Amino acid sequence: MESPGIILAFWVLSAITVAGCAMVLVAKNLVHALVFLVLAFLGMAGLFLTLSADFIAVAQVLIYAGSIAVLMVFAIMLTPLAARDNANSLYLLPALASGLGIAAIVSFVALVTPWGELQGDALAQNDPPTTVAIIGDLLLGRYVLAFEVASILLFFALLGAIVLVQERGSRESQ
Amino acid sequence: MSAEAPRPATPMARQILEHRSLLSRARALPGEARFVLAVLTLGALVTGAGIGFLVVTGQLDGRWYDIRDLGNATAHFRDWTQRQGIDSSVPYLVTGLLGGIGILSLVGGWLVIGVWAERRLIAKFQIRQGPNRVGPFGLLQPLADAVKLLQKEVLIPIGADKLLFFLPPILIFIPAMLGWGPVPWAPKMSYADLNVGVVYTIAISSLGVLAVFLAGWSSNNHYALLGAMRTVAMMVSYEIPISISLLAVVLFTGSLQLSDIVAWQAQHYIWMIVLLPFGAFTFLFASTAEINRTPNDIGEAESEIVAGFHTEYSGMKAGLFLAVELGNALLVGAMMSTFFLGGYSLFGLEEWVPGYLIMGAKTFLVYFGFVWLRATLPRFRLDQLMAFAWKFLIPLSIIQLLFVAVESMLIVQSGLPGIVTIGGSVIINAGLTVIGVRAWANAIGYSPKEMASPPIMTNGVGGLRAAEQIRAAS
Repeated sequence: MESPGIILAFWVLSAITVAGCAMVLVAKNLVHALVFLVLAFLGMAGLFLTLSADFIAVAQVLIYAGSIAVLMVFAIMLTPLAARDNANSLYLLPALASGLGIAAIVSFVALVTPWGELQGDALAQNDPPTTVAIIGDLLLGRYVLAFEVASILLFFALLGAIVLVQERGSRESQ
Repeated sequence: MSAEAPRPATPMARQILEHRSLLSRARALPGEARFVLAVLTLGALVTGAGIGFLVVTGQLDGRWYDIRDLGNATAHFRDWTQRQGIDSSVPYLVTGLLGGIGILSLVGGWLVIGVWAERRLIAKFQIRQGPNRVGPFGLLQPLADAVKLLQKEVLIPIGADKLLFFLPPILIFIPAMLGWGPVPWAPKMSYADLNVGVVYTIAISSLGVLAVFLAGWSSNNHYALLGAMRTVAMMVSYEIPISISLLAVVLFTGSLQLSDIVAWQAQHYIWMIVLLPFGAFTFLFASTAEINRTPNDIGEAESEIVAGFHTEYSGMKAGLFLAVELGNALLVGAMMSTFFLGGYSLFGLEEWVPGYLIMGAKTFLVYFGFVWLRATLPRFRLDQLMAFAWKFLIPLSIIQLLFVAVESMLIVQSGLPGIVTIGGSVIINAGLTVIGVRAWANAIGYSPKEMASPPIMTNGVGGLRAAEQIRAAS
């Protein structure tokens, strides 16, 4: 059923993603690790595209490869020592444990969830032309509470950032 | 007028005086040349009339030779391969390759001609000649520059990160090329008419940031790092107003697809720039910041930080950075004309003229605006730019977005005729732009300064008015 192009794309993108992730761990230099992380993000976006999740793919590029990467750039630039070193740290064991735990949870959920696999015409019928409208409906309909809570959380994060960096002089003058 | 003594002719005045009009140049032509020109004009008129007949009788609509929209040829090719029983991946491969070559040749061709055109234009603005020695009118200057750049040694500074120093000139080309994907050149003619075109555009434009940062960081040079951090900070800040202004466009059109956005403007006979003047300004200004062009090119401010993030690049690598700048300016021109200037539509003219020609004309019009800005405006300061984005563009864009949300609901759901709802939106948004900008500027302490007297430099150095006076006196 699957066309050879999709299968080839899946293997190539998986290889890029996994190799990128592996290189993040191996790279000695933190900026190199960042570049490989962005490569892995882009591979993930490609994988989403092969699943015809167009909005998620583009959002992955926009948020992870675009914004999160820049956030990390600022983090690296603001911590001088970290820029030179991606070596082991005290947190090796906790990090490994939590990583394995998250991987276990994700795999468990993926295995347990009834995915409702479709084939042929049934798949074509259930494949929407665009996922944007459906995601929008769900976000502002069924999951509106989670959506609003997330926006309030972000708003408070913004406020907190402003309060943190506000100069003392200007606060006194008010 | 004539009582005054004639002013000493300044260079600009002399240039204007000596400039001969097109008509007088045509009159001076010899007889044979005039005959050939007349025949050519007649031929063009006859051909135009023939095409006009075909268009009016509708014999052209949707045929493969209907070159008003190359998408027709593609669709026919796809049908034909399907009838021949060829696998459906073949036409996609062929048309994809052809379209890719088309985009590459457009951008690549502009990288060759654009350098020359931009330098000549700026020279015109600054009353100079510009490059005029290599080839006719200096047309071969870009080739000579390219050969010179290729011959130069590519230096890698000591302490530079070898891998990351090598990558950015290549990486930075990728978003500049990918951005052309969803641009619609005619109703059915776009390389990849994505359902999420607007989000894709924003996402692609955010990819260039990393290349710029890597270029600056890997150079092991303080100026390069400063330039890179400036550019990164500016791009991150100006992405937000761009996104919000595009969100306003999307609210009106109700689709993230670029071809739908153009179709909406064509259907309602209105350009987004009329409907959303502040959004259009925000997009234009913020994109000049995104692509590092002159009013906002603090990332490579020569007078402050040498050449910014590409200080340490030499030879063709530096050339690539400069080339990407040109390509990006053209891409922003295409985006601006798609989102705000009606894209391939021109109030019915797209029935007669190929849409991609209209689109190209609009693109180059915006590009000309960029060149004009570059020739005219000085550079802003870093803090000015940051304050402008965060304190001015973003709050006003959000206020505009609130208005637009109500207006778009009224347009769709009120049932009133479009002339009322859309016309009302135009008036409200124009008023919001004027009143909102003034009120906000007053509120945050930037009051517009009243000029004590009109600028008198123009006369002093011999501007247009002086030239007119000289012309009237002589």
